[in-house]
Amino acid sequence: MDHPIQTDYLRWIVLLPLLGAAANGLLGATLQKKIGKWAISLFACAPVLISFLLSLKALLDLLALKPEERFLIDRLYPWLSLGSLHVDVAFWIDPLSTVMILVVTGIGGLIHVYSTGYMHEDKSYWRYFAFLNLFTFAMLLLVTGDNLLLMFVGWEGVGLCSYALIGFWYHDHVNTRAGNKAFIVNRVGDFGFVLGIFLIFWSLDQQGHGTVVFREIEKFASLMKGQEIWGVGVVTLATLFLFIGATGKSAQIPLHVWLPDAMQGPTPVSALIHAATMVTAGVYMVSRLHFLYSAAPETLMVVAVVGMATALFSATIALAQNDIKRVLAYSTVSQLGYMFLAAGVAAYGAAIFHLMTHAFFKACLFLGSGSVIHAMGGEQDMRKMGGLRHAMPYTFWTFAIAVLAIAGTPLTAGFFSKDEILWQAFSSPHSSPLLWVLGVTGAGLTAFYMFRQFFLVFFGECRADSHTRAHLHESPKAMVMPLVLLAIGSIAAGWIGLPSIFGGSRFAEWLEPVFGAHHEAHGPAALEEILMVVSVGVAALGFYLAYLMYYKSRLAPERFSSLAGGLLYRLFYNKYYIDEIYQFFFVGGTLLLARIGAWIDRYIIDFIVDGSAKTTAFISWFNGLFDNHVVDWLVNKIADTTFEAGDKFRKVQTGNINGYLYVILGAVLLAMIVKLRYWS
Amino acid sequence: MVVGLTHYLVVGAILFTLGLYSVLTRRNAISILMGVELILNGANINYVAFSHFSSGNVEGQIYAVFVIMLAAAEAAIGLAIVLAIFQIFHTIDVAAAETLKE
Amino acid sequence: MEFATVIFYLIAAVTIGSAAMVAFSRNIIYSAFSLLGTFAGVAAIYVFLGADFVAAVQVLIYVGGILVLILFAVMLTHRIADVQITNRAVGRIPALVVVGVFLSLLVQIIRETPWQKAKEIVYAPTTSRIGDLFLENYLLPFELASLVLLAALIGAAVLSRKELKE
Repeated sequence: MDHPIQTDYLRWIVLLPLLGAAANGLLGATLQKKIGKWAISLFACAPVLISFLLSLKALLDLLALKPEERFLIDRLYPWLSLGSLHVDVAFWIDPLSTVMILVVTGIGGLIHVYSTGYMHEDKSYWRYFAFLNLFTFAMLLLVTGDNLLLMFVGWEGVGLCSYALIGFWYHDHVNTRAGNKAFIVNRVGDFGFVLGIFLIFWSLDQQGHGTVVFREIEKFASLMKGQEIWGVGVVTLATLFLFIGATGKSAQIPLHVWLPDAMQGPTPVSALIHAATMVTAGVYMVSRLHFLYSAAPETLMVVAVVGMATALFSATIALAQNDIKRVLAYSTVSQLGYMFLAAGVAAYGAAIFHLMTHAFFKACLFLGSGSVIHAMGGEQDMRKMGGLRHAMPYTFWTFAIAVLAIAGTPLTAGFFSKDEILWQAFSSPHSSPLLWVLGVTGAGLTAFYMFRQFFLVFFGECRADSHTRAHLHESPKAMVMPLVLLAIGSIAAGWIGLPSIFGGSRFAEWLEPVFGAHHEAHGPAALEEILMVVSVGVAALGFYLAYLMYYKSRLAPERFSSLAGGLLYRLFYNKYYIDEIYQFFFVGGTLLLARIGAWIDRYIIDFIVDGSAKTTAFISWFNGLFDNHVVDWLVNKIADTTFEAGDKFRKVQTGNINGYLYVILGAVLLAMIVKLRYWS
Repeated sequence: MVVGLTHYLVVGAILFTLGLYSVLTRRNAISILMGVELILNGANINYVAFSHFSSGNVEGQIYAVFVIMLAAAEAAIGLAIVLAIFQIFHTIDVAAAETLKE
Repeated sequence: MEFATVIFYLIAAVTIGSAAMVAFSRNIIYSAFSLLGTFAGVAAIYVFLGADFVAAVQVLIYVGGILVLILFAVMLTHRIADVQITNRAVGRIPALVVVGVFLSLLVQIIRETPWQKAKEIVYAPTTSRIGDLFLENYLLPFELASLVLLAALIGAAVLSRKELKE
């Protein structure tokens, strides 16, 4: 570990997208005008695809090493060296970051290709790709940086690009507002993240090993034990702060509000940034620092509870949404909740596995929805769609596969990864059966809302107006090809992480050097099988309900939405009024405070002031008599004298700077002479 | 004779006095600013000389750098003011710009 | 006399000579150009004192920045024809007297004070140590300095705009 292998090509994985961003950002406008959009596409897609190939090379290089030595590093240059803080710009690759770079460059590359089709009509084509490449660079920096500071640079970089791309169509005020919201909510989380970094560095520095490099933190992590601050263990506090950062970036309760609004951006952006990569940064960070989280059981519990709560909570919201992208957005929040649930029961491998499979099928779903929106001429309301399966066969089939995957149909990727999480939630030492029950409920909800969307969009009668219906078309090749590849991935990606009863997970084995030996399930294999059947059964129930309601129309959705007086439905439909609550408490609270201040000012302070003024006035009137006769005479006398003196002294204030200077200099000279002659 | 601390201090003192003379006698705002620069340079020589001969560490030089930084700020602002005065009064004789006293 | 001593006296002579030109010249253009000699001479003195970083800064900021600024100001505010009359000096005699007394007192103090002596005089590159100090002990002044510079930047830009409102 101390003498890792210097591998020079790693830097190009990260820097190539930056070069692409620079080329498009600086020359893009000219290129687009002079040469055409194909040049922009080339500069945008080629670096990401080359990065992907290099990532594959890194994977092969790692495979050639022994499992415990799978570790490559590329030190670029020393960045900071201040006091005990030494930070290099260095990229490292271990099994965990390999998974991440493959996801980022692989799926990112596909989405780049897709975007060339989706954004083709846009005037700001080059600006879009400059930001998309910059995003890829920042995300790669985040996952390959070998220390917390470099990770933070990437962390902020992806936030910036996310902001820029959400507000990409900035002519519409709604979009810029959504961008601002994402940026500001993320700031809250980033504040926690920074505090976490400070705390870790401070605590290790106390022990004489101040560092922010992951390997060294891991080596010295045991030193942090026993240190306390405000009566709380430093490890617990630091991990909680970092987790606040994760809730911001990964849209967990209570900082989840920005992600649904982020759907204002172009759909490929939603797929890449707000589904497949950036929002998983929090999960990655928790997994990267798993040694700290495992040492802080309280934090783990918080992570698991927040994850579970988010998963259920946003699944219920997704039931009632009508915007095709909002359903997917809440679904993303929900799936991220599952990942945190896994991390919270110390099953980091399962979290990363779900992260990867989710990246495939959620990207596929978003790109599919983008394809639908493209065909519908920008319409996003599912109530106006329907029957699209004939018009867009490729989109239909790939969407179908992705829906099956996210619903957890056996043999798809989503099944294996979600099942792994649920099994860990049941059997790991940090878990409880309650988490499993809630998790299975969430899985049922997922199946329901996804099939609801599926049936609403692709089956039944087309509810669009005749103009839109006439223009329905399958999307161009550049958009269909990524869809097909992602759909294949949505199935095949799961097979590398088979559960133990089907022969054991290659994926868990691959991550073992990072997360330590996989704590093998305590429960007997039979129990695992039973639980699996139950969760599939619940998902099937969700599917069946959606089938009855939205395909056969035998069951009116109103029968459910009117349950409890329609209260629940309204709650779901309005997203639990969270936005309104935040508006009320944080924005309104500030205003209320100002009003209270104003009220106190007007009635209490003013009363005191008025009262004292009146009292004073009375005393003054009394005084006045005395003043007029005794004091005035005295005052006039003094004033006259002063005026005369002033008139004489005025001539000293000539406004002549030289005169002043002479006075100063004279005084200094005097002081010097006194000091020299009479003092020493 | 070895060049020692006092030599540098005397050079600094002479620069300082020449600057002072400039400031005292000139009527031209820019010339006054030049005098101020001489004064600052004289003081800076002292800082660096003490840092070299007396303390043996670089803290004196830090102060010198701060002085240079402030001199740059002062020159920028001072000359901007001079230009502004020139635009209003069409002269930069400081005696002409004494209207504030009335 | 040693070679180094000769060089020192030469540099001191150039510095003081051109400073005297600045102070006494009747022509402001001459004054401004003599300032170059002073600044360069002071930079050379810094080199003599082993202060490489300060010397570099002196050259960059004084010669490269302030001097150019001053020349610009001179050019912008004078018609070249009447440079002679605009640099008038007043009250030369009293100023000379005061300044002379001042200098003699200073020199006396310099000679009489028992200055503290460093244990050893080192000639080593100072840049990295100065950089470290700036970011450690002097971090706050350093940040304040950047604020001051920013304020000066904005102030200068605002002051020297053409459309000065009355």
